[in-house]
Amino acid sequence: MSITYLEAIREAQARALAEDPRVYIYGQDVGAFGGAFKATKNLANEFPGRVLDSPISEDAMMGSAIGAAIEGMRPIIEMQYADFSTVGFNQIVNNAATLFWRTQTKCPIVVRLPSGGTPGSGPFHSQSMEALYATYPGLIVMTPATVEDAYSMLLEAVEIDDPVIFCEHKYLYYHLKAEALPTEAMPTGKARIARAGRDATVVTYSAMVHEALAMAEELAREGIEVEVVDLRSIKPLDTDTVLASVARTGRMLAVGEAWPWGGVTAEVVARVACDGYNLLDAAPMRLNAKETPVPFHPNLWGTHRPTARTIARAVKDLLRR
Amino acid sequence: MTRERYLTAYRWMLLARISEEKYASLYRAGKIYGGVFIGKGQEAISVSTAMALRKGDIFAPLIRDQAGRLAFGESLLDATRTYLGSRLGPMRGRDGNVHRGRPREGYMAMISHLGAMISVVSGALMARRFKGETGLIGAVSLGEGGTSTGAFHEAMNQAAVEKLPLVVVVTNNQYAYSTPTARQFVCGNLADRAAGYGIEGHTLDHGNDLADCLEVIGRAAERARGGHGPQLVVASILRLGGHGEHDDGNYVLDALKRSKTGADCLKVTEQSILTEGLATAQEMDQWRANAVHQVEEAVATAQREPAPDPDAEDWCALSTRRLGDGYDSDSTD
Repeated sequence: MSITYLEAIREAQARALAEDPRVYIYGQDVGAFGGAFKATKNLANEFPGRVLDSPISEDAMMGSAIGAAIEGMRPIIEMQYADFSTVGFNQIVNNAATLFWRTQTKCPIVVRLPSGGTPGSGPFHSQSMEALYATYPGLIVMTPATVEDAYSMLLEAVEIDDPVIFCEHKYLYYHLKAEALPTEAMPTGKARIARAGRDATVVTYSAMVHEALAMAEELAREGIEVEVVDLRSIKPLDTDTVLASVARTGRMLAVGEAWPWGGVTAEVVARVACDGYNLLDAAPMRLNAKETPVPFHPNLWGTHRPTARTIARAVKDLLRR
Repeated sequence: MTRERYLTAYRWMLLARISEEKYASLYRAGKIYGGVFIGKGQEAISVSTAMALRKGDIFAPLIRDQAGRLAFGESLLDATRTYLGSRLGPMRGRDGNVHRGRPREGYMAMISHLGAMISVVSGALMARRFKGETGLIGAVSLGEGGTSTGAFHEAMNQAAVEKLPLVVVVTNNQYAYSTPTARQFVCGNLADRAAGYGIEGHTLDHGNDLADCLEVIGRAAERARGGHGPQLVVASILRLGGHGEHDDGNYVLDALKRSKTGADCLKVTEQSILTEGLATAQEMDQWRANAVHQVEEAVATAQREPAPDPDAEDWCALSTRRLGDGYDSDSTD
């Protein structure tokens, strides 16, 4: 028996619905159809009246989730694609994110964002939105890279009394499999050493963890041992684990699938430079997607985002610095 | 319409007017941080919206709803504290003026982005339905300018799809900040939009006639409560002043000021109270004196209260403190 990343998300939602009567799911095509990616397959059937199709109205979907959360519910909102969450952006960043600070009213909402690129998806079905949301105080931003984290972090997200932006990576939906659902979990806020190494640290998250691990496997054959840190959540960002890794290796490359200006890799480099300058043997580096919209054709897409090959090249540059 | 209900509404309108005039004067004296946005001329519509609500209902007021806020149950002291930045107010200096609320008590705290609070109230009503609570409704205030937003359209359609017991009261006060209605929409009557959403619409031509306001908005609320789905009320009136106290509203056309729409609802109501003998001039003087006294007391109390203290402030935007990112300017210490 094996379970995919996507099935883990479906199972986590099924469990949340079963265990907590305050949970409901609301989003486009999530009902009888089971969602564009089938992340809610059969849930409308298993939990009548609690898995509801919404109109194509991301703003109203989010606004209603805020009202329901104020009244004590724990809504899960599925944005069909992370890209479409821009239409609900105002409600997320101005209403949900400010509610607790302004009024001391808890706002437990999970916003699921099917994120990141897949071949052939193009500019409007491929975006990585995590940095946009992370810049706003009042939001938690999760970026699970494994089947286990997809399951356990989604369950934790439902229990958290604050709005959680849950960036689930579409490329991992079917590709990534585990033997079984996890029985225990690391808490959100702790990064994970996905692979230990002594020569350099690669800090990354979500689908890029797997590109980094493939790169590390490759370089190990050449005798280069790369440590890979999986951030798991980008907000909060576990600076301590990153710095501890840099203390061991002295060199750091931050890798992200998002665009280069600002964002998670810039934040990681800033923190390491400010708080770990003396730990560094060389200037830190960043590797991101190219500075264009995400291209449609697989040939272009495969070059637009970082891959094991380009990460390996960057690590070799880092080691020569 | 009972005499008592009419007079109760009038007294809320009076308290709203006197308190807002006081805030405006404090603003001119430089005693208020941020802006002051008053509901002068719209009190009849606002109070009628709140008076159509019962205990347990939900209300999302907007910037010109001092009368409705008070009638819904907000204390004058809470309102005054928010304007004056008291740490003891509901917003504790973190947000000001019209952005106040107590959401857990069904009194929503508006954000500045227009149309955004409609779907929030819808979600609260969906929650009530999930919990099996019936007989409760929600009301949202909006101006005609707010109907031009995508949020308005999404929320009206969503409420219609969910058949929610929601009353949306749009006050067409002829100007959105400085923009006249001709630059805002072209349709003859905004209430006609109700048909497009498949919901019931109500037109309130004289938003300065308190009896009309109580009747039309009250009827819309009863339709919502009776299971007839969302209700859109469009009330016409003239905003009696600028957008806020920083704005003298010199762009407001004289013809509008002289029109029936431009009549001040408070004066119209006072006139009808006297004409119809609902109260004596002496009683009315007494109500006014009481309102002035209440306002003076609230201002004096709020002015004595402590301001927020940045050193004692809890600078955490999350309720889940352990998940605070903990990386801000203080981390360099």
